[in-house]
Amino acid sequence: MKFVKDFRDRELAEKLLSAINHEAEPSRTYRFMEVCGSHTMAVSRFGLRSLLPKNIELVSGPGCPVCVTPQWEIDAIFEIASRDDVTIVTFGDMIRVPGSRGESLQKLRAEGADIRIIFSPLDTLKIAEETGKDTVFIGIGFETTAPTSAALAKMAKELGRTNVFIAPFCKTVPEVMDVLLSDETLEIDGFLCPGHVSVVTGLDIYKPVTAKKRSAVVTGFEPLDILSSVLEMVRQHNKGEYEVKNFYTRAVKNEGNVKAQALLKEVFYQADTDWRGLGRIPKSGLRFRDEYKFVDALARFGIAETGVTDLKGCKCGDVLKGKMKPSACPMFDNGCTPQNPYGPCMVSSEGSCSAYYKYER
Amino acid sequence: MKKIGLAEGGGGSATNKFIKELFISRLGNEASEKMPDAAHLETGVRTAFTTDGFVVRPEFFTGGNIGKLAVCGTVNDLAVSGAKAEYLSLGIVIPEGYEAEKLEKVVDAVAETAEKAGVKIVCGDTKVVEKGAADGLFINTAGIGRVVKDWASFENIKEADAVILTSDLARHGMSVLLARGELGFEGNIESDCAPLNKMLESLHEYDVHFCRDATRGGVAAVLNEISEGAGKGFLIRENDLPLRQDVGNLCEILGFDPLSVANEGLAVIIVAASDASHVVEKLKSFPEGRNACIIGFVNGEGRVILETAVGGRRVVDMPAGELLPRIC
Amino acid sequence: MCLGFPGKLIEMDDFKAVVDIDGTTREVSLMMLPDEVVIGDYVMVHAGFAIAKMDPDEAQKTLEALREFADLLDEEGQL
Repeated sequence: MKFVKDFRDRELAEKLLSAINHEAEPSRTYRFMEVCGSHTMAVSRFGLRSLLPKNIELVSGPGCPVCVTPQWEIDAIFEIASRDDVTIVTFGDMIRVPGSRGESLQKLRAEGADIRIIFSPLDTLKIAEETGKDTVFIGIGFETTAPTSAALAKMAKELGRTNVFIAPFCKTVPEVMDVLLSDETLEIDGFLCPGHVSVVTGLDIYKPVTAKKRSAVVTGFEPLDILSSVLEMVRQHNKGEYEVKNFYTRAVKNEGNVKAQALLKEVFYQADTDWRGLGRIPKSGLRFRDEYKFVDALARFGIAETGVTDLKGCKCGDVLKGKMKPSACPMFDNGCTPQNPYGPCMVSSEGSCSAYYKYER
Repeated sequence: MKKIGLAEGGGGSATNKFIKELFISRLGNEASEKMPDAAHLETGVRTAFTTDGFVVRPEFFTGGNIGKLAVCGTVNDLAVSGAKAEYLSLGIVIPEGYEAEKLEKVVDAVAETAEKAGVKIVCGDTKVVEKGAADGLFINTAGIGRVVKDWASFENIKEADAVILTSDLARHGMSVLLARGELGFEGNIESDCAPLNKMLESLHEYDVHFCRDATRGGVAAVLNEISEGAGKGFLIRENDLPLRQDVGNLCEILGFDPLSVANEGLAVIIVAASDASHVVEKLKSFPEGRNACIIGFVNGEGRVILETAVGGRRVVDMPAGELLPRIC
Repeated sequence: MCLGFPGKLIEMDDFKAVVDIDGTTREVSLMMLPDEVVIGDYVMVHAGFAIAKMDPDEAQKTLEALREFADLLDEEGQL
C-alpha cells in the first residue's frame, strides 16, 4: 500500500478540513471543477463533499472518456460489432454505453457477438492471433490512455499484423479546457487538474487557466491530495493570485513524460473531433498518421463521421460543462439510472451522474 | 484419459455402474446406497428447505472448486436462516467428453465438504448432454434441515443492533477472477468458500436477530436488501471493514468496490448490541471466523451509509450488474 | 480519466516488466516509461502500462509538509 495508505490519513484530513473551514470566507461561494472523472469518483468515494463547507462546490467536468464520446462514435462501434467476423476488444467502461437504437456491447455479447474486456490494449495482439478474425480495439481515453493505443498500433506494425484495428476515439485535454475557459457563462473559480493526464502532458497546458484568473492545481486521487488542493485553490481565490501548482510531485514532473508524448506524435496527428455536449472542438482528437492508417478501424470498415453528438433529450452536455448538477437533469433517476442508462454520464462508473446517483442521491 | 460418454447418462447398466463407482463409493449412506427413487427421512419437526445452482467458471480456483461450492452454498443458506443443515440432494449435468479424473476431484470435494459440514447427500441425479451443449459442469444442490431459530425475518431487526461480518471481504470474487486469467493478473488469493453451519449453530445461544450470507453482489447487496426489507438503515465504518491488503489493492486497480464483490464463506449477522462482542469472540474461535468483526450499527435512516476512511459519509448503493474492470 | 495504482518492479527487460501489487503480480509494458528504473522501484500502472516512476522522496516531502502544517495549526490553537 506504499504511496496510498499515508495519503488517506484521517487526522491529517481533519486538519486540512479545519483549515479549509477557517479560510473559506462564508460570504463567498467557491466553485471548483474536477476535470477528471477519476477525481469525481474519488470525491464521491471518500465522501469529501459531506466534509466540505456548503459554500465550496465541487463540479464534475468533461473528464470521463466514455461521457464525452459522441453518439456517432458509439454507433460506429455497433456498426463494426454487427459484422459477424469481427472480435471487439474494449475496456470495461464501454460495455454498457447505449447506442442510438438502444443496443449495447453487453446486449450484443449476450446475443453471441465476440466481445472481450481487457486490462491492457496490448492484450488485443494475443486475441487477434488466437481468433485470426479482424480484431478491433476501442481506443478511448485522454493523454494518459492514448499512448497505450499508440503502443498497440506500433506493435501491430512491428509484428506485421494485418487483422488488428483500433477505433481512434482518444481526445485531448488542453483544447477542451480552452472551450470551458472561453465560456463566459461558466462560473468556475479553479480547476482540479487530472493527475495522470498531467504525468504525460506536464504543467504547461494549464497556463491558459491562470492567465484567465482561475487556479489550476494538478493533484492525485487520495483524500489528502484533493483536500490540500482545495485549500490551495481557496487561498488563491481569496488572494486573487492564480498560479499553476503541482500537488502530485510523487508522480508528475513539470515537463511531463517525453517518451509518451513522442509515442503520441509518432502515431497520431491532432484533428478536429466531436465531443458529446460540447460539439466540434478543433485539434482535440487523435487520428492515425498515414503510416499507421492500416490499423484505423474507421478506414477499414468504411465508417463516416456523421457528427451526431447527443441522444435526444440527454443533458449530459450541460452536466459535463458543470452547468448542471446531475440531479437537475429531468431524466436523472427518471428513465436514466445505472441499471438502464440513457446518457453516458450515467453509464460510466466515473460519470458524474452515476457517481452522484450512487453516492449522493 | 478416460472421458464421460453419453452411455453413462443413458440410465442403463453403464449408468448404474457409473453412479456406484463415482458417487455411492464417495457419498453413500443408509438412505442412498440402495439408490431408491426418493430418500425416506425422519423429520417430524419444522423444516427448512432450500436449493441453489452452481455454474462457476473456471470450475477449479484457489481455495476450492465447483463441488465444494455446491455443498457450501446450500449448507450456508440453511445455516444463515437459523436451521441445522442435515440432508442434501445433488444434481449434476455433465458435458459429453468431460474428463473422468476432473469429475472425481469434484465429487471428492463434495464428499469432503459434506463430511466437514456433517451433512449427508441422500439423493441425486446425473445427466450427460451431447458435446457443445454445456461448456462445463452444471450442479444443483437442495438441502433440508431442522429449524432451530428464525434468523430470516426482517421484523426482528432493531435500531442500534450491531452488524457483524464473519470473514474478510471479496476473496471469492477475486480468486475466481485470477483463476480465469483473462486480465493477466496472477496471485494467490484463495476463495473464502467454507461451510459455516457449525460456526453459526454455535451462535444459537445468543440474541441474533437476522443473518444472511453475502454471495453475489457482496455485502453491499445484502445490506441493501435488509435495509429495504426491514425499512431500516445502516451506518458502517470503512476503517472497520475486514479486507486483506492484496485483495483490496486488486479491487482498486480494477476499479471494484470490495463491498460489491462476491464472497462464498461470509455471513452478515445482525445481533443485539449487548451480545455483539460475545458473538465476535465465539466466531473467532472457529477458523472460518478468525477475521470476524463489528463493522457498524443499525439506525432508522433507511439507507446504507458508509463512514469513509477520512470521516466523510457516502451511500453504499445496490451493485448494478456485472463488475467490469475500467480505466477511468 | 485514468485509474492508476502503484506497483513494485520485481522483474524487467527493455520492453516489459512484472510489477507486484502487494501479492498480486502483472506484466506491464515499459513503452511509456521515460525514466531509468531498477528492480524495487515503484511505478504508476495504468491500463497495463507503467506510465511514471513514483518518487518516494517527493511522497515523503509532501507528507512532511502536511504534518508540519498540521502542527502549525495546533500551535495556533485553531482546533
